[in-house]
Amino acid sequence: MPMLHTINKSPFERGALESCIRLATKGSSVILIEDGVYGATKGTNASSMVENAMKDLSFFVLGSDLKARGVDESRLIDGVTVVDYSGFVKLSVENDKVQSWL
Amino acid sequence: MSDTKKFLFVNRKAPYGTIYAWESLEVILISAAFEQDVSLIFCDDGVYQIAKGQDTSELGIKNFSPTYNALGDYDINKIYVEKESLDARGLTVDDLLKLTYEDEDDDWAEKDSIHVVSSAELAEIMDQQDVVLSF
Repeated sequence: MPMLHTINKSPFERGALESCIRLATKGSSVILIEDGVYGATKGTNASSMVENAMKDLSFFVLGSDLKARGVDESRLIDGVTVVDYSGFVKLSVENDKVQSWL
Repeated sequence: MSDTKKFLFVNRKAPYGTIYAWESLEVILISAAFEQDVSLIFCDDGVYQIAKGQDTSELGIKNFSPTYNALGDYDINKIYVEKESLDARGLTVDDLLKLTYEDEDDDWAEKDSIHVVSSAELAEIMDQQDVVLSF
């Protein structure tokens, strides 16, 4: 059953993203919001974990939270999709459930 | 009378997910008003506090990052950023705000306030302080 996972913590400070990637089932979607957006950037200590997970999971990132933190979209891992708030809502309704990894 | 102490502020949190960064900046400015010898450290996710290009307009919250530019005017020009923290996040000093001050002992020449240092150097800086405040 498709599920949307939300991550709002930095992968460098908390294990939320790591736990989500470990436990999310194939075909699930992950949206990175708030401090979670740092997990979408390439060339970091966390990026290979996300890159490896992309064969099973779809990754999204909230554009407004990127912009607030000065993260240019050119720094995102290839294959991560930027969405706006209505895109976030759409993902929420398209999936059967939402799991928030606080 | 020597009431001046060496104050160190250790900033380790990303800017908007929690209130720590903003609170730290407020206390830093207050300490400067009391003419203390202030140093700042940005390490771990704290390096994101001084990332350039922040624009919070779509979140409806205050972008306080321009305030860091004022630190030089308060004689706060010892700003240390840990290289290991930058590296872990795929960042370089070019991704950070350009924070400067005017050196009164050198004909008011504009100089960089940010110094990228190693963990070992950071440990030494911490060791030299009278007071350490952690955010």
